[in-house]
Amino acid sequence: MRTSYFVRNPSVVIFLAVLLLFTLGVTALSDGAGNGAISTSFIKTLGKTLCLCLIAVAMDLIWGYTGILSLGHFAFFGLGGYMVGMWLMYERTRDIVITSLANAPIPPTEQEVVDAIGTQIFGVVGSSEFPLVWAFADSLVLQLALVVLVPGLLALVFGWLAFRSRVTGVYLSILTQAMTLALALYLFQNDSGLRGNNGLSGLQNLPGVSAPQSVVSLWFFWASALALGLGYMLASWVVSGKFGSVIRGIRDDEARVRFLGYPVEAFKLFVFVLTAVLAGIAGALYYPQAGIINPAEVAPIASIYLAVWVAIGGRGRLYGAVIGAAFVSLISTWFTGGQVPSVNLLGYRVDWVEWWQVILGLSFVLVTLFAPKGIGGLVDLVTGRLAPNRHGADYGPDQGALMEEEGRK
Amino acid sequence: MSTLLEVSGVSVTFDGFRAINNLSFQIGPAEMRAIIGPNGAGKTTFMDIVTGKTRPDEGRVLWGEKSQSLTRMSEAKIAQAGIGRKFQRPTVFEDQSVFDNLAMALRKPRGPLAVLWYRPARADAERVHELAAEIGLSDQLSRKSGELSHGQKQWLEIGMLLAQEPRLLLVDEPAAGMTHEEREHTTALLVEAAKTRAVVVVEHDMEFVRRLNCKVTVLHEGAVLAEGSLDHVTANQQVIDVYLGR
Ligand SMILES: Nc1ncnc2c1ncn2[C@@H]1O[C@H](COP(=O)(O)OP(=O)(O)O)[C@@H](O)[C@H]1O
Ligand SMILES: [Mg+2]
Repeated sequence: MRTSYFVRNPSVVIFLAVLLLFTLGVTALSDGAGNGAISTSFIKTLGKTLCLCLIAVAMDLIWGYTGILSLGHFAFFGLGGYMVGMWLMYERTRDIVITSLANAPIPPTEQEVVDAIGTQIFGVVGSSEFPLVWAFADSLVLQLALVVLVPGLLALVFGWLAFRSRVTGVYLSILTQAMTLALALYLFQNDSGLRGNNGLSGLQNLPGVSAPQSVVSLWFFWASALALGLGYMLASWVVSGKFGSVIRGIRDDEARVRFLGYPVEAFKLFVFVLTAVLAGIAGALYYPQAGIINPAEVAPIASIYLAVWVAIGGRGRLYGAVIGAAFVSLISTWFTGGQVPSVNLLGYRVDWVEWWQVILGLSFVLVTLFAPKGIGGLVDLVTGRLAPNRHGADYGPDQGALMEEEGRK
Repeated sequence: MSTLLEVSGVSVTFDGFRAINNLSFQIGPAEMRAIIGPNGAGKTTFMDIVTGKTRPDEGRVLWGEKSQSLTRMSEAKIAQAGIGRKFQRPTVFEDQSVFDNLAMALRKPRGPLAVLWYRPARADAERVHELAAEIGLSDQLSRKSGELSHGQKQWLEIGMLLAQEPRLLLVDEPAAGMTHEEREHTTALLVEAAKTRAVVVVEHDMEFVRRLNCKVTVLHEGAVLAEGSLDHVTANQQVIDVYLGR
């Protein structure tokens, strides 16, 4: 059964092989375990990119396959980051507090330690009390459970309300934007309990770990690669069988699926929650590599970028989403990093940091208009030449059916 | 004769316009029925009501031996209860193969988890091949259904209906846009289906209706104008005035 699954889905095997080679290659060139050709900060960039690829896979599931253009999945991504960030910040601050109180004449009580941690963490927002949401911050296990539970529950409640009322299309997109905006605005408040616009910081330090960042960054890089590999396999399994048939049916004609007897709303909700959980996990791996998370991360624009990546990469095929996210976010880092020399164009200075946004927006429009299959569509050109008809795009009536039969054998 | 579906005193108003007006209709468990009537008579709306797409303002729609009320059930629940529907325009999943279209329609558990864990059994694939043979699409199974001709899409949709194993089939203008031979094939499919279940066919084409050789209900302005054999209703003066005489 397993082998036949991989045989039927060669792209999964290819993807996993490429991911493995990439991970090994980067490790061999890293500072922490290799010859140091790649700097630690770039390892972090690559690790973060893998997390973005994972949320892009989630986005492709919900948008490319199910046809729900969610413009709010970065809310789930951010929540995942906050959940893990709370534990990291709490434990890290606790280490600092204990070290600084170690020289005190009288050993501090547990309460004094907790109070000191509170003062340290919440001083910036003029408080020292632990808000209720930090109740489990001292437990890694519980916070990791929340990485999955909080985005999952938010998606469940939001999705249930929205899908049950049959909100679809552009209205649903707007609703998801409102959701992520509301979350951002809430988090921006100082009394939200999550340090307002300061967000959580120092997340790159793993409490109780003395290994240097060059090594820690590799751990996260590996974890991100593993998560992407597993997430990709899960997603491809979900879309491969009859479930994939049904959700693509929902994308193309949901009324028809309903008259076949499938509870469309339940399917949508299932995919929405599943992708929210994937997004939460991606976020939980991303922010320790970024080192900081603040409410701006869940601003509406972030989720729109996500849709742009998936569109450019090619929606409706998982590797397209990965290619889009990796390609666009890496070039984006390059252009906005300020290293690209400005160009003089007829006396006008083209500064890439700003102009990059224009190019990105333009390419989104162009891809949507002229290459709806995105970068992933290039794969069709190659495979189409080797084995025509496999993707059923444009072959003659009877001949084609024969070739596709042959292709399956 | 026992009734499978009983619609009584149903009315629907769209923005003040009464599309269905105190309509009553009954059909038995293994019966073929043709519904004819001029454009805008409410034939499609009638199907919308039975399948749960449109909620009636008043009246009852009762289903099966237990006289279950359909007016409060969701579309999916109604379909699961055994009512299948073919739309006026052929609606198949064009991006998916003929095989996948039929497999999706097969009568199997419909919940997300059941579907997620579902792996096709040999019997299911055989059933798909059987259905494909019935609708004449055996050698098209691996093609994308979007590439089929108009008539083939209509048959595929009928095949999907049969795959659902419904107790009642609602078929909206199946012969529209078909060639003469295609129509004959379609008639044969429907007549065969009606041996084991109830089939309601909406059709404009009198020749087609004649070949179905069944009781006919004439709709006009959202109500039943006449009912009986084709010869009986075509002899009715009112029917001639509103429909045939034009
Ligand atoms: N959703 C709707 N909103 C408004 N009017 C509708 C709607 N559905 C049908 N109607 C009107 O109801 C009448 C019956 O339509 P329909 O059932 O489609 O007729 P037909 O017998 O040709 O299938 C038509 O006049 C149509 O314009
Ligand atoms: Mg009609």
